[in-house]
Amino acid sequence: MEILYLLIPLSVILVFVIVWIFLWAVKSGQFDDMEGPAHRILMDDDRPRPPPDA
Amino acid sequence: MEAQATYNYKVVRQFAIMTVVWGIVGMLVGVIIASQLIWPELNFETPWLTYGRLRPLHTNAVIFAFGGSGLFATSYYIVQRTCHTRLFADGLAAFTFWGWQLVILLAAITLPLGYTTSKEYAELEWPIDILITVVWVSYAIVFFGTIMKRKTSHIYVANWFFGAFIITIALLHLVNNAELPVSFLGMKSYSAYAGAQDAMIQWWYGHNAVGFFLTTAFLGMMYYFVPKQAGRPVYSYRLSVVHFWALIFTYMWAGPHHLHYTALPDWTQSLGMIFSLILLAPSWGGMINGIMTMSGAWHKLRTDPILKFLVTSLSFYGMSTFEGPMMAIKTVNALSHYTDWTVGHVHSGALGWVAMVTIGSLYYLIPRLFGRQEMYSVRLITTHFWIATIGVVLYIAALWISGVMQGLMWRAVNVDGTLTYSFAESVKMVYPFYAIRLVGGLMFLSGMLIMAYNVYKTVAGSKAVDDAVIPAQAAAHA
Repeated sequence: MEILYLLIPLSVILVFVIVWIFLWAVKSGQFDDMEGPAHRILMDDDRPRPPPDA
Repeated sequence: MEAQATYNYKVVRQFAIMTVVWGIVGMLVGVIIASQLIWPELNFETPWLTYGRLRPLHTNAVIFAFGGSGLFATSYYIVQRTCHTRLFADGLAAFTFWGWQLVILLAAITLPLGYTTSKEYAELEWPIDILITVVWVSYAIVFFGTIMKRKTSHIYVANWFFGAFIITIALLHLVNNAELPVSFLGMKSYSAYAGAQDAMIQWWYGHNAVGFFLTTAFLGMMYYFVPKQAGRPVYSYRLSVVHFWALIFTYMWAGPHHLHYTALPDWTQSLGMIFSLILLAPSWGGMINGIMTMSGAWHKLRTDPILKFLVTSLSFYGMSTFEGPMMAIKTVNALSHYTDWTVGHVHSGALGWVAMVTIGSLYYLIPRLFGRQEMYSVRLITTHFWIATIGVVLYIAALWISGVMQGLMWRAVNVDGTLTYSFAESVKMVYPFYAIRLVGGLMFLSGMLIMAYNVYKTVAGSKAVDDAVIPAQAAAHA
């Protein structure tokens, strides 16, 4: 199964990349607020404006 | 800065409409091949209408044309609305639309003509693979460019799911489609891998395509449209973040469960089985998170058919992510592998989860893109919901029965060790269930036709929204 010499290192590299992104996200404060973001998308009103003469 | 910055709705609109069109085309081809299984004469003795060529056309059309267009539409919408900024590079975004449609068109021509790499879900030959790569890289630039120029500090969880999907699909596509063309003027190519190695790569790709194209990306869709349509914040934002990281850390190694009891080393098969079982945890975490978002808004399910679609899709997601790990257990797989059970399982995920969450999201999206308060007919959405749900249930129940029956008949042995049944006997037994499956498929397709009519009536005479104003910065950081 020589192909595992490609697939396993690829997965390991990928895991390191994911860990690196995760640590960046933690450090840059992405996960500091675990409540607000859920509410913020609801405050974004995306309904179309009613026609002017309605 | 310009006076009033607006969102790019044009490319979202284009992809949204094409999602409906390709949904109908892909499911129609599905209905045709389901009929061919009952009446083989339906290939009209014409090579390009044979089951072997139409089946990859069906899978490519529903996954990449219908699902893909739906993902482009929703990811472009969500990334703009949650980052409070216009898409990065409008021109490149337009290119992803036309490029992706060209890929689909080329697939629809080359697959019936018989050009195929014979790798499942990656049948397209090398020139089209290169085009896919170019379009996909453009998609990544547009998406991550938009994230980079976001006006909010936080990146909403849905975007994380879409981001992981875009990167992983790029990697999977490149590795699995490594192939050598026979000539630069011909379509034929040979895979860079051979034998069991190729099978391993193929299912590493195949299952991760299911995991990242058909699951992760659609979860991104779910984490935006379920809270929006329910008018409730997601049940636990913290759980959604945990769900994301748990899923992407554990997904990559489930592929070998497609190759149980083959030439693959036994330990690789067991590894695939174990990772598949682990996946149950993040999958159900996400499913529960989605469904519990309805708490306090359950009454809306009575009247709101869009929510019916979204919540039902989550139920099917939960069901198929339970069924999947169970089928990945080697002893269960010994019964289910190569039978219709697998086909039924795929469709409970593809119709019940992927198609329903897409349909629900489109019903949310389309009025907003065309300046309508709601769809032309809410009653027709309800009709669509029931016809689609009954269709899926008929489909998967029929294939559960025929699949288990096939598995049991194939393994039955007499006391002297000879097989109890000939293969043809098991074929004969499944006819009635193929008929039920066809009825289920026809119902699901009819639902899509109802949707197309509803969309047409909503869009006709409407004014496309191109002036959706991006909220001022102060609000963004509130």
